[in-house]
Amino acid sequence: MTRTVSGCLIIGIGNTLRGDDGVGLCVVRQLVTRLPAGVSVLESNGEAAALLEAWTGATCVLLVDALESGAEPGTIRRIDATAGPLLLKSFRGSSHSLGIGEAVELGRALNQLPPQLVVYGIEGCNFEQGAGLSGAVAASAAKVVEEIFGEIHA
Amino acid sequence: MGVLARVEGEGALHIKIKDHRVSDVKLQIYEPPRFFEALLRGRSFQEAPDITARICGICPVAYQMSACNAMEDAAGVRVAGPLRDLRRLLYCGEWIESHALHVYMLHAPDFLGYEDSIQLARDHGEIVKRGLRLKKIGNEILALLGGREIHPVNVRVGGFYKIPAKAEFHTLAEKLKWARDAALETVRWVAKLPFPQFERDYEFVALRHPHEYPLNEGRIISNKGLDIAVRDYDQHFTEEHVAHSNALHSVLNARGPYFVGPLARYSLNFDRLSPLAQEAAREVNLGPVCRNPFQSIVVRSVEMLYACDEALRIIDEFEMPEKPAVDLEPRVGTGYACTEAPRGILYHRYRLDAHGIILDSKIVPPTSQNQKTIEEDLREFVPPRMAMPHTELERQCEQAVRNYDPCISCATHFLKLRIERT
Repeated sequence: MTRTVSGCLIIGIGNTLRGDDGVGLCVVRQLVTRLPAGVSVLESNGEAAALLEAWTGATCVLLVDALESGAEPGTIRRIDATAGPLLLKSFRGSSHSLGIGEAVELGRALNQLPPQLVVYGIEGCNFEQGAGLSGAVAASAAKVVEEIFGEIHA
Repeated sequence: MGVLARVEGEGALHIKIKDHRVSDVKLQIYEPPRFFEALLRGRSFQEAPDITARICGICPVAYQMSACNAMEDAAGVRVAGPLRDLRRLLYCGEWIESHALHVYMLHAPDFLGYEDSIQLARDHGEIVKRGLRLKKIGNEILALLGGREIHPVNVRVGGFYKIPAKAEFHTLAEKLKWARDAALETVRWVAKLPFPQFERDYEFVALRHPHEYPLNEGRIISNKGLDIAVRDYDQHFTEEHVAHSNALHSVLNARGPYFVGPLARYSLNFDRLSPLAQEAAREVNLGPVCRNPFQSIVVRSVEMLYACDEALRIIDEFEMPEKPAVDLEPRVGTGYACTEAPRGILYHRYRLDAHGIILDSKIVPPTSQNQKTIEEDLREFVPPRMAMPHTELERQCEQAVRNYDPCISCATHFLKLRIERT
């Protein structure tokens, strides 16, 4: 994106044609109609360079993505990515580019992390071709929407 | 994106060693876009650019261009003049963005002994920032003309929905001037990387145009005698099923494996590069033909420089078109197109009914066309390195596969190496 963002940016990451990999996008699509002033959303395929560009200038960034870590489907994890070096390898990010783990570490190496960076991961179980979230994942997506809504209004 | 750009899970490289000799190499890094070919059936011809753009997250424009050109071919219509130039400009944006990403973030770390671009960034932050800024400028061309960077929505069969104002192009031109200088610096930087001595007698296949470095148009030619119209592609190339896997290997009926992408384009079209790009190649002692796939990083950098130069030329000469798109009427028939994606030729074929509804389609991406050649490279590359520790061999094989910039290699460590010794 070429627009400059200040304030809070929520980035949904994923691919709606790969089952639960679409959960990040699903979350931001539910948030987009309920945004207070100073908060914007973005959909991303997780490509690292694009994420670094997107969050330039933002003071607070929330990333939402599917996880594939072997946990119970629907498990929600909230990670403060500015807290220190963090391996985010279990994030799906994108099947096609440097994952969001790499984006965060690259940002850290280049001093291009936003002051606040929180990552929400939702454990998926079905990443086959085709649209649609599994039941547990859809339920957790709704929970994350409410959590984020609460967070951005705090 | 890249829904089908790789096998689910990881790429697999299976090497069989028998009596201390490499007896077999099987590489699985690509899944054919059957899902999309099925998705397209029953859709309107106008939907093809948008649907196929989702096949590849890093090269949506290439899919849109091949789809648009094929549908225009079916309708018997040619997009010429300023609209044609704008399509070239859009494609230049994608080349800049894709090549910058690959050179800086994926391939250079291999040559410099870094685990990944993060480590490179820790030691050489300014160099990585240069690469990221180059990529960003490529993205800005896409955003301006394409309407959105990840999935350009402004493209349609016949042209565009909306043409930006001239002033917006000039803002972009200022950034492209920086990019052109940065691309030249990139050529000089990568030319100094340590390259393994590795060359094979490849059959290079690329488009050839009477006066342009090829992007959207041309005949399909090779360095071993192929010279065909795009609509004859299916008579000369076949996708073969590989036994015991769901892989498809694309081969030239006449001679087998072939090689598409920057090295092929460059080696077949050096004389079509702009003077600046030719000069840069000469400056770093890159001859007009290059057969070392490891030097693809230099060739990609030269192409990136060309794309910046070409983008500036187009903007400088740009005249506003009368309409944002050419009108066309669908009709029964089959449309063919082949355009040069960053990774090589991308072939689309669509069969339409009288209302322009897609009856069937065939999409052959560049990565699938290189699979057999990559395997053969590994067959030669591995034997002298057989005694290496497993992880080191895995890394070097990854680097060798990354020469081809296959979709999957965007994941830093994408290759699972399995060695079977008997």
